[in-house]
Amino acid sequence: MSLDAQSSQPILQSYVGFDSITSQIERKLLKRGFQFNVMVVGQSGLGKSTLVNTIFASHLIESKGRTQADEPSRKTVEIHALTETIIENGVKLRLNIVDTPGYGDQVNNEGCWDTIVKYIKDQHSAFLRKELTAMRDRFIQDTRIHSCLFFISPTGHSLKPIDIVVLKKLTEVVNVIPVIAKSDSLTIEERLAFKQRIKDELIHHNIKLYPYASDEDDLQDQTLNETYQAMIPFAVVGSEQSIIVDGKPVRVRQNRWGVINVENEDHCEFIHLRNFLTRTHLQDLIETTSMIHYETFRSKQLMALKESGQAGQGH
Amino acid sequence: MNGALRKKLQGYVGFANLPNQVHRKSVKKGFQFTVMVVGESGLGKSTLVNTLFNAPLYPSKDHVLLSEESPKTVGIQVLSTDIEENGVRLKLNVVDTPGFGDFINNEESWKPILETIEGRFDSYLEQENRVNRSKITDLRVNACLYFIAPTGHSLKALDIEFMKRLHKKVNLIPVIAKSDTLTHEEIAAFKERILLDIAHHDIKIYHAQHYDSDDIETINETKDVMSKIPFAIVGSDKIIETPDGRHVRGRKYPWGAIEVDNEEHCDFVKLRQMLVRTHMEELREFTNDIHYENYRTEKLLVLGYQQDNTVFREVDPLAKLEEERALHEAKLVKMEQDMKHVFQQKVQEKESKLTQSEQELYTKHKEMKDALEKQRLDLEEKKRRIEQGRPITPEKTKKKGFGFAGK
Repeated sequence: MSLDAQSSQPILQSYVGFDSITSQIERKLLKRGFQFNVMVVGQSGLGKSTLVNTIFASHLIESKGRTQADEPSRKTVEIHALTETIIENGVKLRLNIVDTPGYGDQVNNEGCWDTIVKYIKDQHSAFLRKELTAMRDRFIQDTRIHSCLFFISPTGHSLKPIDIVVLKKLTEVVNVIPVIAKSDSLTIEERLAFKQRIKDELIHHNIKLYPYASDEDDLQDQTLNETYQAMIPFAVVGSEQSIIVDGKPVRVRQNRWGVINVENEDHCEFIHLRNFLTRTHLQDLIETTSMIHYETFRSKQLMALKESGQAGQGH
Repeated sequence: MNGALRKKLQGYVGFANLPNQVHRKSVKKGFQFTVMVVGESGLGKSTLVNTLFNAPLYPSKDHVLLSEESPKTVGIQVLSTDIEENGVRLKLNVVDTPGFGDFINNEESWKPILETIEGRFDSYLEQENRVNRSKITDLRVNACLYFIAPTGHSLKALDIEFMKRLHKKVNLIPVIAKSDTLTHEEIAAFKERILLDIAHHDIKIYHAQHYDSDDIETINETKDVMSKIPFAIVGSDKIIETPDGRHVRGRKYPWGAIEVDNEEHCDFVKLRQMLVRTHMEELREFTNDIHYENYRTEKLLVLGYQQDNTVFREVDPLAKLEEERALHEAKLVKMEQDMKHVFQQKVQEKESKLTQSEQELYTKHKEMKDALEKQRLDLEEKKRRIEQGRPITPEKTKKKGFGFAGK
């Protein structure tokens, strides 16, 4: 080994072989499988269940909307968590979908976000407790919410007061990805104006959305993030019905005046959302939850414990 | 008038011209119509009003500045406009309700709306009760279009609450807003669920009647229009170009264009037909005859008016005569009885008086008799005394020689 004068990196003289570490890790991870937890938040009837089923191309969750006349409307926000395992090319993904029926559906929606924030914090808390036990598992089950899809109603005007309040609360504890639901009710011009308005409002209220800028990002990551930040909120359309086009099944919404192709970039931004969520930022979402949101929670909790411990000792 | 005889006319009289006379008078007077639009913001209420009356009544919304405070209660905004078509003038009032359903807590959101409707009823009631009633302006709300968000599920809690409170005060016409976001199957299923929900909660939405005198065509038309409630509508005041080159009102998307005036695409035509072309007068009548009257009855009862039901009795002249005669006879009988009674009383009185005086006389008589008796006895006594030669006054000696011895 010879050192270059003033250079920090030594030059290898022959092949060592530590570059196979990536495939070693991959094999381990493939065996273990991945865990991804996503939460959907939005008023009833915005197509949350349909969108989740469209993103993961399978019928995972059922719509929990009120369909029968004698069914009473929900009086509180409920948390419904569902776990499904899906496999693609040998990669096992354990998917945990948390639905929040009842959000924003009552006449008086004061405090409807409390249940949701509490649930998110409870997951952090459970993980922390498992970490702190003396005899802990080798691999702790991760139930922390990695991403929260927030559904905005396509009014075409601006965010509703309840949206602003809830976004403020949620962005403090979880990665929030806002989407414009049922965007097939907006023309292209209306959609652009609506997005611009939402972006202005988010800046005005100081709401920080995922992806967060970080010092570790290289140029490639930065440009990618910037493209996505320009596109947020994603204007999406979901569908579980498909028709055959050119021999391939294509997911569409069919009407008497036209056919909306969910996977067509000119029609809606579903493709971008799906790629963002699964193809480019899946790992980053999990990591950010662990490194930013969980750490914030953990430090707050431990400081609080220390203070209460000190207060106890002081007496 | 069921028993009225129907006579055949033997010649042309001319009263068939009455509708024309009414028509001329009404056109001269002009018409007034008030419609209220209620729904969450962003459901296309202003656009629909513009589309219905084919005029840019509401300008496109200038966005509120971010720094401005949003209002805390539901506002009531009235837009008044005079539009004219073929010589017929219509004074149209549109009541908008910005802020309804937009707050976190919507519990009081129907209050301002209810107050507006009742306030207008009150002002009409007051005008009716004035001394000079020649100029009455009718501001009562004739129809309320309620915008339902196109969720595809069922009615929201807020929808049900609002409709329950207002269905007895105003003609409620529910519409499905922005229905271009639903497929046709979804619309049909949604409509069914909404109607079930409405029936389940006993909500009375506006239902047009058809009369026996209407011709079959009108009846079918009415049935057709009513079957489409709640109307699935799309509003647009912009002209677009369709794929086959026509210029129509509609919305253009990358995947197709929806035409507002095409009955295959949405129910806008039916809504306009009902609201403007066929049922405007009926809506006004309904408001006046049913909603206003109910309100008035309630209000007056609360104020303490008693209902005098005797004014509703049927008046039959013959029966009335009989009644009167019976009454009169009864009166006579009563008078007779009264007089008899009085007579008897008087008789009794006199009798008692007489017996009293009889008694008195009797006692007096007795007294006098006694006194007489006493006097007689006295005299007898005196007589005896004189006969026995005893002096009347016993111890008196005779000095004079006269006496009865010389005889």
